[in-house]
Amino acid sequence: MLAFILRRLVQSVAVLLVVGLVSFFLFRYVGDPINGMVGQDTPASEREALKQKLGLNDPAPVQFLHFIGNAAQGWFGLSYRTSEPVNRMILERLPATLELSLCAALFALLIGLPMGVYTGLYPRHWSSRALQAVSLLGVSLPTFVIGILLILVFSVMLRWLPSFGRGETVNIGWWSTGFLRWKGIEALIMPAITLGLFQLTLIMRLVRSEMLEVMRTDYIKFARARGLTNRAINFGHALKNTLVPVITITGLQLGSIIAFSVVTETVFAWPGVGQLFIQSVQFVDIPVMAAYLMLIGLLFVLINLAVDLLYFAVDPRLRGGGLARSGGH
Amino acid sequence: MATNNPPLLEVRNLRVEFPTRRGTLIAVDNVSFEISPGEVLGVVGESGAGKSLTGNAIIGLLEPPGRIAAGEIRLEGRRIDTLPYEEMRKVRGARIGAIFQDPLTSLNPLYSVGRQLVETIQTHKQLSATAARARALELLKEVGIPGAEHRIDHYPHQFSGGMRQRVVIALALCADPRLIVADEPTTALDVSIQAQIIALLKRLCREHKTAVMLVTHDMGVIAETADRVAVMYAGRIAEIGPVRDVIKHAQHPYTKGLMGSIPHLGERGERLTQIDGSMPRLTEIPRGCAFNPRCTFRGERCLVDRPELMAAGASRAACWLHDARGVGAPVAKEPANA
Repeated sequence: MLAFILRRLVQSVAVLLVVGLVSFFLFRYVGDPINGMVGQDTPASEREALKQKLGLNDPAPVQFLHFIGNAAQGWFGLSYRTSEPVNRMILERLPATLELSLCAALFALLIGLPMGVYTGLYPRHWSSRALQAVSLLGVSLPTFVIGILLILVFSVMLRWLPSFGRGETVNIGWWSTGFLRWKGIEALIMPAITLGLFQLTLIMRLVRSEMLEVMRTDYIKFARARGLTNRAINFGHALKNTLVPVITITGLQLGSIIAFSVVTETVFAWPGVGQLFIQSVQFVDIPVMAAYLMLIGLLFVLINLAVDLLYFAVDPRLRGGGLARSGGH
Repeated sequence: MATNNPPLLEVRNLRVEFPTRRGTLIAVDNVSFEISPGEVLGVVGESGAGKSLTGNAIIGLLEPPGRIAAGEIRLEGRRIDTLPYEEMRKVRGARIGAIFQDPLTSLNPLYSVGRQLVETIQTHKQLSATAARARALELLKEVGIPGAEHRIDHYPHQFSGGMRQRVVIALALCADPRLIVADEPTTALDVSIQAQIIALLKRLCREHKTAVMLVTHDMGVIAETADRVAVMYAGRIAEIGPVRDVIKHAQHPYTKGLMGSIPHLGERGERLTQIDGSMPRLTEIPRGCAFNPRCTFRGERCLVDRPELMAAGASRAACWLHDARGVGAPVAKEPANA
């Protein structure tokens, strides 16, 4: 088990190095950063001096090592747009994105999982068929359409919820949270639903098909033959067996929730990392883009690591030593 | 066989149907038999003869849309085929145990065998966790799991096929049922393990005085284990009787064909016979006797009237050959490749 974790850690580092390489090439091949920093009438000698100072004349591998070394310490240089340190800009906006993603993920899981179990257990019931039909909408409607529709109905027509921003936030250290004020929570509702709806329907449909599959297995039939109660069969035996694929997909989806918050944050003018990324793209603010790329890469790697560890908790077949002892008569 | 005792299980005119778009399929038709306490009844037949469905109907686990359309099933005099789901659940496991074909897939892979045993014991008996675990351990020892003390916390994938089937047997015996419905319990196992499992099942049921309905297509297993045997063909019982009589003096032409197709050790130059044709599909069961297209003894009557079970030697067979009026004028068998 320890060996497995170590192997996964090494793999994670390799993945991050590759992401770092891509980020690094952004610097080298997306235009000349010097042009963005100096005026049009800056003499060539000054440009050359700046280039020397920024290390842009070093051979590419040396520059890459520099970049990785700095990135490992959380230093991504100064923003071309605001001349602020990139890491500070991202840290300021990270809480907004993480809180939004957390709410969206909880919304998707806490509603999608029970709905999936229900429709899987009673596939012929009319309400299951209705849920199944509605879930098609959730899967096929693009995020921005859902967001705009929600704004139209709940902000413009009903005037119940704010259409943009985080409402009120409270700072706890460097972390600004919207959870502690009613206005902050109000502002979270629509963006979280918008961001989580697709994942909700995806989880529901996945759990449903897994449940249908598991309910047909021999061990469920045998559990019935043993006279176990329906509750023990449905939740103790069936649901647990659907969890491995559900954990996999949920983990991946959590990563994409954070990454795809770009669209939702744009629709709701949510001051998160995604919005920062869009602004940086418009200004060709390469250090911010590179840092964003690395951050998302890091989050994906961490989530996958957590998912792998959860497998061990759920499925005894993966735990070490089992196979070595099998086959004995 | 103790014929004086009241029967433990009584199946009367059982009929299992599957409604389909093209009409209703009758998968089990007018099946009646009894099992006495402690008796082992073998049920043989080809795939699709309705033997597993009969077993599933008894434990109340017919898979929809299959349903019991007629007849009744009584356990210890109490009618069980009409019980509501929750009442029947309390019968399953407690009064009737079940063993299925594939031990590799009968156990939930995510729970240790001990947990699955304890769970079953506590469902049917008021026992504390410690007492239930002690009983689970006892059962594992009884079914011959070596090192049961530490094997109890192992997961199904850590057991071999034969060991898993032993665990399944322990699970079926958990609450001391009076009847075990064993559906092809050895088909998925190695031949060498099959004999061990059959011997174990036989010994345990004798010790616990548990009756067994042993569903299989293996005549050898039946000969080895059963007190009586029922031969099923196209959803009906073709012949039922004491195992020795059915094997040595088969009364139904189908049973004769079945026995003729089994090789005997030590009889050199013996020719195996085969039954031409195959069992009809449920949609195409012929009029009269379902076996008539493949029967060498058939007469005009077999094409029109369906025979019910009637006395035939020491057994009962569903064949007009044993009726006073006979089969009528002989009719040639249909060609094999019609």
